[in-house]
Amino acid sequence: MRAVSRVAISLTVNGQPHRRSVEPRLLLTDFLRHELGLTGTHVGCEHGVCGACTVLLDDEPVRACLMLAVQANECAITTVEGLAPSSDQLHPLQEAFWEAHGLQCGFCTPGILISMVALLRENPRPTDEEIRTGLAGNLCRCTGYQNIVKAVRLAADRLADAPGLPLSRARERMSAKPIFAPRSGAGGEG
Amino acid sequence: MKPAPFEYVAPRSLDEALDALSHADEGTKVLAGGQSLIPLLNMRLASPKRLVDLGRVKQLTYIAERDGGYTIGAMTRQSALERDDRVSRDVPLLAEAIRWVGHPQIRNRGTIGGSIAHGDPAAELPAVAVCLDARLTIKGPRGTRTLPARDLYLGYLATTLAPDEILTDVWFPKATPGTGYAWLEFARRHGDYAIAGVGVAITLDADSRASTARDPGRIAEARIVVTGVDGVPVRASAAESLLAGAPVTDRHQVQPAALSASVDALRSAIDPATDVQATAEYRRHLAGVLLERALPVACQRAHLTPSPSGRGLG
Amino acid sequence: MTTRGIGAPIKRNEDPRLLRGLGSFVDDVEPPGCLHAAILRGPYGHARIRSIDASRAREMPGVHAVYTAADLGPLNQPAPLVVPHPSLTHGRTQRPLAVDKVVFIGEAVAMVVADSRYLAEDAIEQIDVDWEPLPAIVDFTQAAEPGRPLVHDDVPENVAARFTQVVGDPDSAFAQAAHIFRERLHVERSCGSPIEARGVVAVYDRRQGSLQVWDSTQAPLTIKNGLAAMLGLPELKVEVIAPDVGGGFGTKILMFFPEEVLVPWAAMQLGRPVKWTEDRREHFISASQERGQLHETEIAVDAEGRILGIRDSLIHDSGAYTPYGMVTPLITATQLPGPYKVPNYRSEITVVYTNTVSVTPYRGAGRPHACFVMERMIDRIARELDLEPNEVRRRNFVQPEDMPWDVGLPFQDGAPTRYDSGDYPAGLALAEQMIDLPAFRAQQAEARKAGRYLGIGFAAYVEGTGIGPYEGAHVRIDPSGNVFCATGVTSQGQGHETSFAQIVASELGCDPSDVTVVTGDTARFGWGAGTYASRALVTAGNAIQVASAKVREKVVSLAARLLEVNPDDVELVDGTARVAGAPDRALTLGALATAANPIRYAYDKSAAEAALRLVKPRAGAVLEPGEEPGLEARGYFAPERATWASGQHAAIVEVDPATGDLEILRYVAVHDCGTLVNPVIVEGQMHGGIAQGIGGAFYERLIYDETGQLVNASFMDFLLPTAMEIPALEVGHLETPSPLNPLGVKGAGEAGSIPVPALFAEAIEDALQPLGVRIAEMPLSPTRLWELIHELPGPS
Repeated sequence: MRAVSRVAISLTVNGQPHRRSVEPRLLLTDFLRHELGLTGTHVGCEHGVCGACTVLLDDEPVRACLMLAVQANECAITTVEGLAPSSDQLHPLQEAFWEAHGLQCGFCTPGILISMVALLRENPRPTDEEIRTGLAGNLCRCTGYQNIVKAVRLAADRLADAPGLPLSRARERMSAKPIFAPRSGAGGEG
Repeated sequence: MKPAPFEYVAPRSLDEALDALSHADEGTKVLAGGQSLIPLLNMRLASPKRLVDLGRVKQLTYIAERDGGYTIGAMTRQSALERDDRVSRDVPLLAEAIRWVGHPQIRNRGTIGGSIAHGDPAAELPAVAVCLDARLTIKGPRGTRTLPARDLYLGYLATTLAPDEILTDVWFPKATPGTGYAWLEFARRHGDYAIAGVGVAITLDADSRASTARDPGRIAEARIVVTGVDGVPVRASAAESLLAGAPVTDRHQVQPAALSASVDALRSAIDPATDVQATAEYRRHLAGVLLERALPVACQRAHLTPSPSGRGLG
Repeated sequence: MTTRGIGAPIKRNEDPRLLRGLGSFVDDVEPPGCLHAAILRGPYGHARIRSIDASRAREMPGVHAVYTAADLGPLNQPAPLVVPHPSLTHGRTQRPLAVDKVVFIGEAVAMVVADSRYLAEDAIEQIDVDWEPLPAIVDFTQAAEPGRPLVHDDVPENVAARFTQVVGDPDSAFAQAAHIFRERLHVERSCGSPIEARGVVAVYDRRQGSLQVWDSTQAPLTIKNGLAAMLGLPELKVEVIAPDVGGGFGTKILMFFPEEVLVPWAAMQLGRPVKWTEDRREHFISASQERGQLHETEIAVDAEGRILGIRDSLIHDSGAYTPYGMVTPLITATQLPGPYKVPNYRSEITVVYTNTVSVTPYRGAGRPHACFVMERMIDRIARELDLEPNEVRRRNFVQPEDMPWDVGLPFQDGAPTRYDSGDYPAGLALAEQMIDLPAFRAQQAEARKAGRYLGIGFAAYVEGTGIGPYEGAHVRIDPSGNVFCATGVTSQGQGHETSFAQIVASELGCDPSDVTVVTGDTARFGWGAGTYASRALVTAGNAIQVASAKVREKVVSLAARLLEVNPDDVELVDGTARVAGAPDRALTLGALATAANPIRYAYDKSAAEAALRLVKPRAGAVLEPGEEPGLEARGYFAPERATWASGQHAAIVEVDPATGDLEILRYVAVHDCGTLVNPVIVEGQMHGGIAQGIGGAFYERLIYDETGQLVNASFMDFLLPTAMEIPALEVGHLETPSPLNPLGVKGAGEAGSIPVPALFAEAIEDALQPLGVRIAEMPLSPTRLWELIHELPGPS
C-alpha cells in the first residue's frame, strides 16, 4: 500500500455529514475545533488525562486529543454542540447542571456533559459513588466536583421519571455492526 | 503539543497490513487504539516516519471460543471485553483487571493487542496475560509464530515483536474449576497506572473443593504476577511455590508461615524503581501488602467454585 | 425590589452559553488569516546560550518568521517589577526572550510564527541552539548557602530580599515564657494548573494603528497600559479583552508573561493576526508556580498555653525571577498570627532565587503556608500541655469584642493588618457541632480497638480580602429595558455575570437575568486593577452598587417628573418605576431610558410611543446644565483597607499504615465572608478551594531534579485530584458583615484552599497518635506517610 500525504475522510458530526481532506497527523480535537469551527470541545492537556476533549464516537465517549481525525473516518461524532435539542431548549443534563451550579469557568464542562450522557445511558440510576467513578476521567479545577455530582444526580432522577427524553443525538453508524456479542444490562439507545 | 509529520497507511485487511509492514524498520509504528502511542506522538517523544493504522482491519476484532479458552483478536476494544459475558464468566481475572485500565474513555479506544504489544510494566493487561500464560499469535514476513505471553517481554517497553510483525490475537485459557482469581492494585488516583499491582490465581486441591467452609483445605497451585515493580510484568515463581501445599483457614487466610515466606520471596524477586510517584522501597513493601490482601479474596473465590463449569465471584 | 437580588441563590446568567459549548475562550478566537506561534524553550534549568542558528527553521514551508532576542531590539527589556518593595533590593524580571542564558527550564528563547501550530512546532525542532549547561541550584533551602551556583550573576547568595518585621518585644516574651516550642516546617511546590492553559491572540490594524488583543489574563487593563507603553501606541488605540477564561487561580496574572508581549509585537511586525495557545507541557514549565517555603518557628506560651510571642524565620522560593515582587511571603508573614492574639512577633523573610520556574501567587498566596505553620504550633502546644487543640485555639482566639484587632504589621496593600469583624469561637463551635466531635472520639476509640486508624483535624484561618486600590463600574439602562454593567475586573468562573447582576437588580428593582455584565474588556471599562487576592466582589461589587444607586436616582427623578409625583412616592419593582400605592401608574425602565435621551428619532414602536407620549413641550434646552442624557452612571469604590474573612474547617480521615494511603471520611467547612450576594456561588468557590487544598496536601507536588528539570510536567505525573479523591463537602456559614463597605461583603475566592494542609497534618497526627507520627511537611503522599510511620528518611 502506498502512503498518502493527505487523506480524504467522510464522517458525520452532530448529524451533519462532512467530507474533508486532512493531514494524517491532524488531531481530532483540532479538526473539530478549527476545521469545522465547533469550538465547544476544549483542549486541556493533549495527553489524554483531563477529559476536556471528550466527544462521543459512535455513541461511546472517547478522548478526541488521543485520536487522529483520519481515525474518525466513517464514524458518527457527537460534540457538546449536539446535545441541546434546539437553540432555545437545553438537554435535561444541561438543565440540571444549570440548576445545580455544576459549572464555574465552563472549560471542563463540555467534556463532562458528554461523559455523563454516556454514563446515564449505560446506568440510568447511578449511586453517588458510581457517578464519581464515572467522573474520574474528567478533571475539574473549579468546582471540587460537589455540584457536578449533584447535577448528574438531579438529571438522573428526572430522566428516570421521564424516560422518553433524548439522551443523545448520535446518528446511525456508517460502519458495519460489531461482530461480537452486544453488551447486556441497562441501556440501549436513549 | 502536536505530532511531527508522518506517512499514514490504513490497510483494510490483515494481508494489506502485513504488506504495509514488510521492510518496515524502527521508523514505522503500528497504530492500534492509540491510547499509549498518541500521547507519545503529541509530546514528540516518538516521531515515527510512518504509521500503519490497524483500525480498519475488521478481521482482527473478534472473540472466539477455542481450545478450552478464547482467542481474542488484537484489535478488540477493551470496553468490548469489559462488557462481554463470556469474559466475565470464563476469564474472571481479565474481567476484573480490565476495570482498572484507565477510564471508560480510554477503554473505548484501547485494544487488548495494543496494550499487550506495548508492554507497559505498570499496565494491567500484559500482567494478566503473563499470569494466565496467555498465548500470543504474531504474524510477519517470516511467517506465523506463537509464544507464551511472558516470552514477549524483554525489558522496559522492549518486546520481541519486530517492526515488521503484528500481534494478531491473544488466547486466554478458561478459568479452571476450584480456582479463584483476584486482581488488586494501588494507584494514586482511580485510573492511574499502578504504583504496584498483583494478580493471583489460587487453585485449591480437589479435596478442598468438595469441602465445606469448616474444612478449607490446601492450595494446590498458585500463580502470582506483579506489575509496576520491574521493567516487565513479573511472575513471582518462588513466591508461588512457597504457597503450594499451604493450608488455608476457614476465614480464607493462608497459613501465616507460608504466607510470610511467600511475601518475603515476592519482595526479593522484584527490582522496583524509584520515580516521581514512589520509592523503590515503598513499591517493594507495597507489592507484599497487595499479595497479602489479594490472597484471601482469591481463596474465597476458589472455594466458591462449586463445579468444573461454575464461576468464581469475579 | 426583587426577590432575586442580593442574597438569592439564583442560577447563573453565564451558564447557558457555557453549557452549549458556545463560550469564547482565547483559543476559540480565530481572526481570518491568523498565524500561529510556538516558542522554543530552554531545556535546561541553567545554561548559557552560545549561539542560535534559526536559518533552517526560517526556510521551512509555512514559516513566516523566527524571532530571537537579537530580532527584538529595544522591546527585549526586563518586565516592570510589579508590586515593588523597599526590601526587594535584588528583584529580577524576565525579558521576552532570553539573551545570554536561561535560568529556568521553559524560559522562552525564540518564537516561530507559521501557518499552523503544527508547522510552527516542526520549525522549533529545526532551530539549532548551542547550549552550555551550567550548574543549577534547585533546593531553595540551600540557595543562600555559600558556594552555591548563582541564578543571576549580580545577585549575591541568590538573595532577592531580606525583610524583618517586629511587633512588640518578642525577646522579652520568650525570656518570660513558661514553655518554648520549636518546629521546622517545610512546604513544597505546587501550581494552580487551570484546565485552560494560557493564550494570546493579537490583531493589528495598520490603517487604524490600533491593536486588539485577546488574552486569558486576570488583569487586562494592566496589560493594555503596559503594551501601549512598550509598543509605542496611544492607550486609546490598544484594547485587551479577557474573554471566557478557563480558570485563573493567580497563575494568569502577570505583567508580562513573554508571550503577552511577543505575540502583539509579532502581529504588528507581520501585519497578520497571530495566535499563541499554550499547551500543557508549556504551562508546567513556563506559567508560574508557588508554595515553596521553609519555616524555623518558635513559639512562647504561658502555663495555660496562651501565646506570648512567636519568632518565625522563613525562606521563600521565588524561582528564577520575581515577577510579582515578594507579595507571597509578605502575606505569609502578616497572616501567620491568623485568628489568634500574638502580642509579640518577629518575622524574618529571606526571598531566594533558584533555577526553577518563577513563583507568583497561587490561590491562597502565602496564607496556606501561614496557616500550616500557626496551626502546627497550636498542635504542638496542645500535645505538650496535654490539651485538645481546640481548647488551645479557644484560649488564644481574637474575640469578637476585641475587634478591630491590630496585628501590628502592614498588609500587602500597605494598610494596617487590622481585623474588622468576625466570630472565630462561634465558627469553631459550629464546625465541632457539624462534625460531631464527641461522637467521633467515641468512634475513634472503637476503631482503634479494631486496629483501624481514624483521626480528626481542625484548622482555623483568617483571610485579608477586598484590598484596593479601587475598582469601578459603568451601569446603563438601555431602551430595551436591559441593563448594561461593565467593570474592570475579570472572570474565571466566579459567576460575576450573576452576582454583579444581582447587585444591580437589588438597586434598580429589575431581574438579574435582564442585566448584562461585561468584565475584562478594556474598551468597555478602562479603570481598575483586576481579579486577584479575593477582591473582585468587594471592590467591583461595591463600585457597581455606587453606580447603580446613581442610576436609580436618575430613574426615580425622571419617573417622578413624568408621572408627576414626589420622588419619595416612586418605587422600583419588576423592571418598572411605579407610584407607591397606585401600581397601574408605572413606566418600564426601557421606556424611561428612551425618554431620558431626547433624540427625536424613534427606531421602534415603543420608542415612538415614548417619544410622543412622554416628552412634553418645554421651554429651553432639552438638557439642563449639568444634566446628562440617558440613564447611566459610573461609580468607584476604594476600600480603606482589607476586610477580614475567616473560617474553621474539620476533617475525619482514615490512614492505612500498611500503604500510607489516606481516605477522607468527612469534610466540614465553616466560612464567614460577610454578606452573601449569591450563596450558591460562594459555596462553589469554597468547594473548589478545598479541592485545590486537598490536592496540595496529598497529591500535588512539583518535582525538579538537581539540574532543574521538572520531572513531572504532565497531568500523568502531576496529580490533580479527581471526583474520586475529593469527598462530599459540607459547608456551613457564619455571616459577620464587613463594616468597611456598604454591601458588607468580604472576599471568598481563596478561602477554601487556606486551611487544608494544616488540618490534614492535625488529622493524620491524630489518626496515627498510637504510632507517634509527627507531620512537619506538605504535601504528603502514601510513600512519604509510610516512610514517616516507619521512620525512614525522606527526600529532604
